[in-house]
Amino acid sequence: MAITDIKEYAHLTTEDVEALGRELDQIRAEFEESLGESDARYIRNTIRFQRSLEFGSRAVLFASWFPPAWVLGTVGLGVAKIVENMEIGHNVIHGQWDWMNDPEIHSSTWEWDISDPAAHWKQTHNHMHHKYTNVVGLDPDVGYGLLRVTRDNRWTPFNLGNPIYNFILAALFEYGVAIQHLELGKVAAGKKDREEFEELRAEVLKKIAKQIGKDYVLFPALTGPAFLTTLAANFTANVIRNFWSNAIIFCGHFPDGAEKFTKEQYRNETPAEWYLRQMLGSANFKAGPIMRFMSGNLCYQIEHHLFPDMPSNRLKDIAARVEALADKYDLPYTTGSFPKMYLQTWRTIAKLALPDRYLTATRDDAPETNSELKFRIRGGLKDTFAGIDPVTGARRGLRSAMNATKKQRGIVPAIRKLIGRPATPAESVRALQAA
Amino acid sequence: MKFKDLARWLEEPIEGVPALENRRLNAVRGFFARLTTPLIPDDYLHLVNPLWSARELRGRVVEVRPETADSATLVIKPGWGFRFDYQPGQFVGIGLHINGRWHWRSYSLISPPARDEGVISIAVKAMPEGFLSTHLVGGVKPGTIVRLAAPQGDFTLTEPPPEKILFVTAGSGITPVVGMLRTLARRDEIADIAHIHSARRSDDIMFRAELSGYEERAGYQLHLQLTTEDGKFMPEMLDEHFPDWREREVWACGPQALLDNLEVYMEEQGRAGHLHVERFTINRTANAGEGGTVKFRRSGKAVEVDGATTVLEAGEKVGVRMPFGCRMGICHTCVAELSEGFVRDLRSGRESNPGERVKTCVNTPAGNCTFEL
Repeated sequence: MAITDIKEYAHLTTEDVEALGRELDQIRAEFEESLGESDARYIRNTIRFQRSLEFGSRAVLFASWFPPAWVLGTVGLGVAKIVENMEIGHNVIHGQWDWMNDPEIHSSTWEWDISDPAAHWKQTHNHMHHKYTNVVGLDPDVGYGLLRVTRDNRWTPFNLGNPIYNFILAALFEYGVAIQHLELGKVAAGKKDREEFEELRAEVLKKIAKQIGKDYVLFPALTGPAFLTTLAANFTANVIRNFWSNAIIFCGHFPDGAEKFTKEQYRNETPAEWYLRQMLGSANFKAGPIMRFMSGNLCYQIEHHLFPDMPSNRLKDIAARVEALADKYDLPYTTGSFPKMYLQTWRTIAKLALPDRYLTATRDDAPETNSELKFRIRGGLKDTFAGIDPVTGARRGLRSAMNATKKQRGIVPAIRKLIGRPATPAESVRALQAA
Repeated sequence: MKFKDLARWLEEPIEGVPALENRRLNAVRGFFARLTTPLIPDDYLHLVNPLWSARELRGRVVEVRPETADSATLVIKPGWGFRFDYQPGQFVGIGLHINGRWHWRSYSLISPPARDEGVISIAVKAMPEGFLSTHLVGGVKPGTIVRLAAPQGDFTLTEPPPEKILFVTAGSGITPVVGMLRTLARRDEIADIAHIHSARRSDDIMFRAELSGYEERAGYQLHLQLTTEDGKFMPEMLDEHFPDWREREVWACGPQALLDNLEVYMEEQGRAGHLHVERFTINRTANAGEGGTVKFRRSGKAVEVDGATTVLEAGEKVGVRMPFGCRMGICHTCVAELSEGFVRDLRSGRESNPGERVKTCVNTPAGNCTFEL
């Protein structure tokens, strides 16, 4: 059952966690201090590039009856929308550029080119998701109230459609995000104030109407004879953007190694433990310069979660520092290629469509969810790995323990037979929970 | 549909954005805003020319003219949306982009309110600790784009101006008065003006030549008080220099001490209702970490708090509807505009100035401050 005691799980003492927190504070202070003209130029150039690309692509679509123009305009518009949502919108609304004190590039005034009103997103994403990251039951992004992404959520027959829901969610992602703040689940259960709900719904519908009016009525009408091809191009560009942003976001939170947490862990959390939760709950993927840009630098999801309002162009340098810290404290630093991370999210979503009895792992020792119980059951691992290696002088902690449990998977069954203990780790956990 | 309704419908998407003076142009802007939503056409146009936007007032520095060793006049051409119907004596907010950040201060307008030249001027004196003023005097090149805030302030001449006027100024406090003098001279309305101006030495007097020019005209008398030689100006000296000062309407601008003395003296002399003063912002470091009175302008509430209470907590105490989210400085849902005074970030110790938007959940007042909430 998701992590209840983050210190025990991370194989760190209270002092270690506090020291880690201080080191992260130091990194934040150093980078904040160094922000200046080149950073400001970066965001202004990005905005100029995005607006020029969008303008150019929409101009090309006036000739969208000509297939090469259709392809060029559609891809250009798709890319422009991705850049607008990811590298500009997401990051500006996070307040990453507030330090410039420019009212035109500011979290309090920015509105983005997507169905979700920025004000709603500041609540569900900036506040709920970033504060309660991966706390099952508090973070609305764990499954988006639709998908089963962890064994911590009880299986129901509805979950059989998990992969199908995921496909639909990806295609219509902007609408999924737009209705997130409406909390339809709560509305259905009668737990949400009716008046407030209607007010929020009106805001969402107004924004959706503007977006649809622009892409599916006004621009097609403006291109005259190219009405239908422009409409198709705008639709395709929106779908490209939806799949892309969905993939980037899922790669940050649903690959193996992005841990989940219980409300118990959250309840008594210190600021340093908050940092640790962000590190263990997020995942990066490896990216070159173009992928970095196109993902809005969310290939550095771990760093983004540690410092949500740090300008995105700095995350690369921060990542090097954070990875070094992970080494120092022997913590996992979850990363891999983009296809690998994305496939892992699909694997989990497909797997969890099934009831638990068809799954081999437990919710304390599964690829997508671990807990400190895992190490209690796997006898003696914690004692062996906490502390300093007497030979190398390196710290032995969670990462070493995780690697050891991987090895155990192959060897342990053999040993278990040898010593006459047929219980699998999964069975042991169940026994412990029962007791 | 009536034309009026049509115009309103066209302008609907740009509600909440500063309007252009030309209604027809505004309607066109509203129409295009439906295509550029969630942006407005200005957002694309100002990439071509920074002055082609009325979303935010911008201006271009046309000329930087030295006045004394440490002061200069800046001539600025405002972009779309700037109205030239300000009153002499008012000030404008001006933002300058330095090292990635917009820095924000207010300066008195010294140009007469007239649209024919299409430019405004301000005069800036470099202050020893004034990061921005030093930069404005010594480092701004013509062509630089600046942000502007609409002219404001109630340190203005009455309309029509009184027959007999007394100006009391010191140092850079002369700037709003120069704005008034220029306007009066332009309209040929200098009837009877007495002016006492204090400066350290004669080299330090801003607009020296211009003042001499007025002295040659009838109706303007100047007394210069050079404080290194003559000592400080005291209100009691008024009788000596301008014995008829009790018949005059007084406008005064300068350091705190001068204005305080003058206020007390005018009250004693039964002339309190005839004094108009302009106070420049108090030096901020003086109030660091002390707390103060937090005012909320829109809700009209105020509360006194210590230096450990956040602005968010202060607002909640008096029942202001404060926006908030995480309460730990990460989510930016609580951001509000600081319109006066200074606040300090609890985490970094960084101070913010008027005109900045700050996270109320992690900022505490450093002296009295006012928020747009």
